[in-house]
Amino acid sequence: MNQLIISAATEGEVNPLMPNLWEMGVTLVGFAILMFIVVKFVVPMFEKTFAERAEAIEGGIAKAEKAQAEASAALEEYKQQLTDARTEANRIREEARAEGAQILADLKEKAAAESARITAQAHAQIESERQAAVVSLRSEVGTLATTLAGRIVGESLNDDERAARVVDRFLADLESQNAGAAK
Amino acid sequence: MHLPAILPWGAAEGFSKQMLLVLLSVVIIGAFFVLAARKQQLVPGKLQFAGEAAYGFVRNGIAKDIIGGRDFIKYVPLLFSLFFFILVNNIYGAIPLFQLPTFSHVGGAYVLAGLVYFTWIAIGIKKNGLRYFKLATVPSGVPWFILPIVIPIEIISNFLVRPVTHSLRLFATMLAGHLIVMIAGSGIEYLVMQENLLLKGTSVLVLAGAIAMYMLEALIMVLQAYVFTLLTAIYIEGALHADSH
Repeated sequence: MNQLIISAATEGEVNPLMPNLWEMGVTLVGFAILMFIVVKFVVPMFEKTFAERAEAIEGGIAKAEKAQAEASAALEEYKQQLTDARTEANRIREEARAEGAQILADLKEKAAAESARITAQAHAQIESERQAAVVSLRSEVGTLATTLAGRIVGESLNDDERAARVVDRFLADLESQNAGAAK
Repeated sequence: MHLPAILPWGAAEGFSKQMLLVLLSVVIIGAFFVLAARKQQLVPGKLQFAGEAAYGFVRNGIAKDIIGGRDFIKYVPLLFSLFFFILVNNIYGAIPLFQLPTFSHVGGAYVLAGLVYFTWIAIGIKKNGLRYFKLATVPSGVPWFILPIVIPIEIISNFLVRPVTHSLRLFATMLAGHLIVMIAGSGIEYLVMQENLLLKGTSVLVLAGAIAMYMLEALIMVLQAYVFTLLTAIYIEGALHADSH
C-alpha cells in the first residue's frame, strides 16, 4: 500500500481530471455504435411489440364488451319473455275466471229457465185440468139444466112464483155445489 | 483479490483495459437486447420479458415520466443507450477480473456529458430558436433590479456548471468507489503479511468493511447510471418546455 501511495505521489503531474484522448475516442465510437444498434433495431422492435400488445389488449376488451352487450341483450330478451309469459298466464287465468263466471251464470239462467218451465208446465196442467173441469162442469150443468127443466116442467109451469122459487133453489144448489168443487 | 491497474492515469499509448471494456459493453448490451427483441411475441418468453422490463423501465420510468407529452419517444433511444451503457460500464467495477468501472477514467464521462450538453442545447434552439438562450437565462416574474444578479447565475449554472457536474458526478463516484475497494484490498493484503498474529487478525475486520463498501458501491453504480439518465431527461425536458419555466 505504501508502494502504491508513493508511486501515485511520484507521478504528481498526472491529474485525474485530465482525460485520455484515446479513451474518449473509443467511448465516443462505442456509444455511437450502441446508439446505432438501439435506434435501428432495439427500439423499433420493442415499440412494435408494445403497440401490437396494446392493440391485442384493446381488441380483447372490445370483444369482451361485445360479449357483455350480447349477454345483456339476451338477458333483456329472457326478461321480456318472462314478462310476456306472466302476462299470458294472467290473461289465461282471467279468462278462466270469466269463463267460470259465465258458466255459472249460464247454469243459473238454465236453472231459472228450468224452474220457469216447470212452473209453466204446472200452470198449463192446472189450466188443462181447469178446462177439463169446466168441460165436465158444462156437461154437468147441461144435465142439471135438463133435470131442472124436467122438474120445472114436472111441477107446472104456470105458477110464476113457484117457478122462481125453483130457479132460486136450483141456483143455490149449484152455488153450494160450485163452492164445494172450488174447495 | 484482483487489483486493477488504474495507474498511471494518463497512459496515453496503447490499447487500454478501459477501451476493451467499453467495446465489450457495446457487444453485451447490443447482443442482449437484439436477442431479447428478435423473436417478438405478444406473450413474451423469459428473455423477452426481461428485455421488455428493462426497456420499459427507461421508456416509461424515465422518458415518459419526465419528458412526457407525445414526442418523448424520440428521446427514448438516447436515454436507453445512456442508461445501459453507463450501467454495464459501472457494473464492471463489481465483477471480479474486470474490476474497473470504466467511468473512473474521466474521458468517458466527459464524452457522454458533452453529448448530452450539445443535445439539449440543440433541442432548445430547434424548439424555441435563438430566443431559447433568453428563456433559459432570464427567469420570468423576477423584479428587474434583481436580474443583473440572476442572469449571470443562470448562465453559469445552466451553461457552464451543468455539464461539469453532470460528468464529474459520474466520474467521481466511480473513482471513489474504485479507490475504496482498492485500498481495502491492499490493506487486507498488507495486514495478512504481518508477523504479529493479532495484527494479522484485524484483516478480518477490514474484509468485513470492504464487503459492506462493495455492496454500497454496487448500489451506487446502479444509482449513478439512473441519475445520469434522469438528469439527461430533465435537461431535455427543460429545453423542450423552456417557455413555461
